[in-house]
Amino acid sequence: MIFTIAARELRSLFLSPLAWAILAVTQFIFAYLFLSQIEAYIDLQPRLAALEGAPGVADIVIAPLFADAAIILLLVTPLVTMRVLSEERRSRTISLLFSAPVSMTEIILGKYLGVLAFFLILIGMLMLMPLSLIAGTELDLGKLAAGMLGMTLVLAAFAAIGLYMSALTEQPTVAAITTFGLLLLLWIIDWAGSNRLENTGVLAYLSMLRHYEPLLKGLFSSVDVAYYLLVIALFVGLSVRRLDAERLQH
Amino acid sequence: MSKEVLVRVEQLYRYYSQTCAVDNVSFDLAKGEVLGFLGPNGAGKTSTMQMITGNLAPSAGRISIQGIDLLDRPKPAKREIGYLPEQPPVYRELTVDEYLHYCAKLNRIARSAVAGAVATAKERCGLTDVGARLIGNLSKGYQQRVGIAQAIIHTPAVVVLDEPTVGLDPIQIREIRALIRELGAEHGIILSTHILPEVQATCNRVQIIHKGRLVFADTTAGLEQRLNATSLIAGFSRPPDPAALQQVTGVDRVEALEGGRVRIHFSDGNPAEALVERAAASHWGLHELTPERRTLEQIFIDLTCTEAPVAAGMEAA
Repeated sequence: MIFTIAARELRSLFLSPLAWAILAVTQFIFAYLFLSQIEAYIDLQPRLAALEGAPGVADIVIAPLFADAAIILLLVTPLVTMRVLSEERRSRTISLLFSAPVSMTEIILGKYLGVLAFFLILIGMLMLMPLSLIAGTELDLGKLAAGMLGMTLVLAAFAAIGLYMSALTEQPTVAAITTFGLLLLLWIIDWAGSNRLENTGVLAYLSMLRHYEPLLKGLFSSVDVAYYLLVIALFVGLSVRRLDAERLQH
Repeated sequence: MSKEVLVRVEQLYRYYSQTCAVDNVSFDLAKGEVLGFLGPNGAGKTSTMQMITGNLAPSAGRISIQGIDLLDRPKPAKREIGYLPEQPPVYRELTVDEYLHYCAKLNRIARSAVAGAVATAKERCGLTDVGARLIGNLSKGYQQRVGIAQAIIHTPAVVVLDEPTVGLDPIQIREIRALIRELGAEHGIILSTHILPEVQATCNRVQIIHKGRLVFADTTAGLEQRLNATSLIAGFSRPPDPAALQQVTGVDRVEALEGGRVRIHFSDGNPAEALVERAAASHWGLHELTPERRTLEQIFIDLTCTEAPVAAGMEAA
């Protein structure tokens, strides 16, 4: 049942020009970033060759690429998630789901997986770029895998937040702007007090960026993974509750 | 009644903050019944239907579908419900086939039976020719049919239709009404409408809801009884004295109208025959005699516009 809803969600996304436009534009920007990083690497290469234990392609090309890609996707996520529930409510198609024998949890998980599948396609296309380097150089696949995991977790968290914001409102644009605001806030929340040397407070823990950076360096820590899983569970759970409450009051 | 009860609604209430939209509504729907739900705008028809279909949680009361409590066990109960809201819940970007396949799967029809269910629903709603077309490009009438197809695709025990003929042309209305009657044979149907003749054409039971309360509930046959004539209009060339008319057997009261016409009220036994005999004998020059039928519209207006007596009646009851 969840997959039926997810499949329809994904299908509807690709039936609108929005999904194609997002894939095309992000791919173009990723490619530009990728090539400029490659160029930087080529410039650095003679000096790196002389160093013992010098940073490799994964550090100089892939980590910055993924770091920038996450920020671009922060801008793009609201556009993908804004319609997920608000549009159903606006066009009154939500009653199809409500009167069908499916639970609220199934509806939300279906919607979430549909959006997630779109983001996985997007990540898959992004991954092709670093993987193309295998043909010409040695690649630290461990670091690449950690980076990819980080990217996936960040996007999964973005999608969960976007889904919840879409569950809150009937206006897709309102969902988009609130999603964008919350994502950006979570991204930069550790800026407060960042002039202190040791910044290990609550705000630093809440920051998405803080949990993403170690993964890009190839550092897999269960704290970071748990952070993303908690964010996902929290916002998916809140969305279920919100949808349930919809029948109670108007 | 020995018939199988499909829907049982008991003491249903629904409040929107302070406003009481549905106030102590109870009724049953048996198999083979087509129940017409009438009421002015904002009477609580849609709220009641939304509650029966699980789209809205009641403030108080019980709803059971084939004996399954909708609030305790929503999943098995909802399997037996098909719902067409006021606005058909269609995805404009899908084709009719894609959409109906999705609805079939959503209603947990077994994978192997999906294609058959879609074909049957399409055939019943006259959608066979438009299967490959985008729903967004179909006319309103066809979208409405897609909405009905969606509601019956899983052959639910109960089909709830909220104003199914709004925005259709007269031919489509006839077709949809025929479809509803056909469905009524094997499903229980609840339909709401503003169009009073529609109720007489399609339903075998009628309920009128006003300000959230049920103010009238009867079978269509019982309704016909109420609609039967209780007065005659008679026109005379040489109008007699009202007192003379009053003496005709069966006449209760005589009301003079302009142009030598009178309205003759009676309660038991139509006095038309006696009146004609008397008129011929007395040379009144009877040239018009029409039984006056009350229309459903009058009953509807009586029940919904004369607020004080209705409210008083309900409180007394």
